[in-house]
Amino acid sequence: MFLEDLFLLGVRVVKDQEVKILSNIQVSERYWHMVVDASGLASDVEPGQFFYIDCGQENESFLRRPFSVYRINQDDQTLEFLYLTKGLGTQALTKLKQGETVRSFGPLGQGFSLQEDAQKILLLARGVGIATLAALAQEASKKGVQCAAILSARSHNDLLAAEMLQGFGAEVHKVTEEDGTSDVENVRDIIEDITARHNIDAAYTCGSRRLSRLLQDITSKKDIPAEIALEEHMGCAMGVCYACVCDVVEDDEIRTVRVCLEGPVFPLQKVMMQP
Amino acid sequence: MSTLEQKSANQGCHLRVNIGGLELKNPIMPASGAFGESMEKVLDFNHLGAVLPKSITKYPRKGNDTPRVCEVPAGMINSIGIQSKGLQYYLKNIVPYYQQYDTPLIASISADSVEEFVEMADILGNNPGVDALELNISCPNLKGDGLAFGMDADVTYELTKKVRGITDVPLFNKLTPNVTRIQDIALASEEGGADALTVVNTFLAMSINVHTWKPELGNVMGGISGPGVKPIIVRMIYQVYQASKLPIIGCGGVMNGEDAIEMMLAGASAVQVGTASFIKPAAMLDVLEEIKSYMQQYGINDIYDIIGKVHFNQYEEG
Repeated sequence: MFLEDLFLLGVRVVKDQEVKILSNIQVSERYWHMVVDASGLASDVEPGQFFYIDCGQENESFLRRPFSVYRINQDDQTLEFLYLTKGLGTQALTKLKQGETVRSFGPLGQGFSLQEDAQKILLLARGVGIATLAALAQEASKKGVQCAAILSARSHNDLLAAEMLQGFGAEVHKVTEEDGTSDVENVRDIIEDITARHNIDAAYTCGSRRLSRLLQDITSKKDIPAEIALEEHMGCAMGVCYACVCDVVEDDEIRTVRVCLEGPVFPLQKVMMQP
Repeated sequence: MSTLEQKSANQGCHLRVNIGGLELKNPIMPASGAFGESMEKVLDFNHLGAVLPKSITKYPRKGNDTPRVCEVPAGMINSIGIQSKGLQYYLKNIVPYYQQYDTPLIASISADSVEEFVEMADILGNNPGVDALELNISCPNLKGDGLAFGMDADVTYELTKKVRGITDVPLFNKLTPNVTRIQDIALASEEGGADALTVVNTFLAMSINVHTWKPELGNVMGGISGPGVKPIIVRMIYQVYQASKLPIIGCGGVMNGEDAIEMMLAGASAVQVGTASFIKPAAMLDVLEEIKSYMQQYGINDIYDIIGKVHFNQYEEG
């Protein structure tokens, strides 16, 4: 089955609704953390899926912004987002306060697949991509799957999810520019070391083309199934405008598929990485 | 009778419009490129006046390089480049898919030559699942410098006349705003045999990131849409309404019911909603409800009492 046929399977209602903000606070120099009430959502949320959020910026910036979920808390029916303040949209989002509502469309897209019989998985995340993989680490922990995670960022300040991942019992390796440890070759050594010590059933990545190419290389040689969550500028987030596309190879043919609908999670080996 | 018709009948609102021979239960339809099957998750297509899937090309097209969209104050610029799976896929999958809905299907055609327009119009216009054709003679994202067939009155006339000769299905020409006098293209379309005019496609635009010194779009230029361009569209609808007898489908920057009413006052018989669906996925249904509320508020029973009814004595009456 081709990626483009996927959406035909999971037809369901996706709601665009106001959700209540339970908290929205700055957690480091560049990162914010928002918790929303998810009790009114029409369907379950999977790690890797995203919400298309109206950041409330009026006309100054116009489009919504996609945010992948950081934590899915079924017990208290809340969702958490960890976001990097980058431009007009995310800056406007920081202005929203506890008790206010935010218009949110989702959950959208295809999430990560985590095989039931998986024993140990590898996560390779860079920057805000850590937030996307954190949701998967949470899911893995719930299913008793062990995680080894390599988290890459500019500075220690940006390695926010590390503690949470360690809380889930993950083996966490941190690399940063600050420490001069984030170069690709060093990350390659760490992955080689992990795969030498453990039998890795699947690998996942988000946040860096450079690291994704590295993981593509290693997992194809070692025949480890791998997935990537992609980011792209979006228009509609529901598969009609064809703004957020990427090239994948299927049946030896290059296809241009939609990140919002066929993704944002794709089999890593299929994605053509631009240099 | 659908729920919607029942509701509007109960309320005494007559929303039915005739666009060049195509009967619509209400005047709201999507703009090409801002609508597709996957929107079935967020709205019931039976409630729309018409469905209008993305422009189809004869052969599959890859589309343009990313980034394909960038936002600007009160709008966005896109340069998708009509990513398309080709006519065969469209005939096999898209046309049959929309048969499940009690809503007419307008097929938007894009082509590289007059001959290709004629060939595609022949196939699609004579397909029983297609209720009307919209000729996209105005996409700014296919050729260098945004050139389009609809920039030249003579080419527009020739193209329309040839397509008219091959099919009897209602024919809507989608005009480009990137011309000096849009009335000339409207009249060329009318003389060529078009049944209605979609006013208009996007404005050729460009945005540069001042931090990277690079164009914001992979294709450098694109088409701007959104509420920022709406006053220009209203002006163009008004100008075309004065010049041509053809019904007009207004398109560009409609975000709510009042925007649609404004276009209808200027002369539009129907209105397309595009960019608004990106901000609010179910925007088309909201626009429709707001039109109904407006009509109730002002005691207007028939939508035709609005179309082209802008008047100019507001200062005299104070």
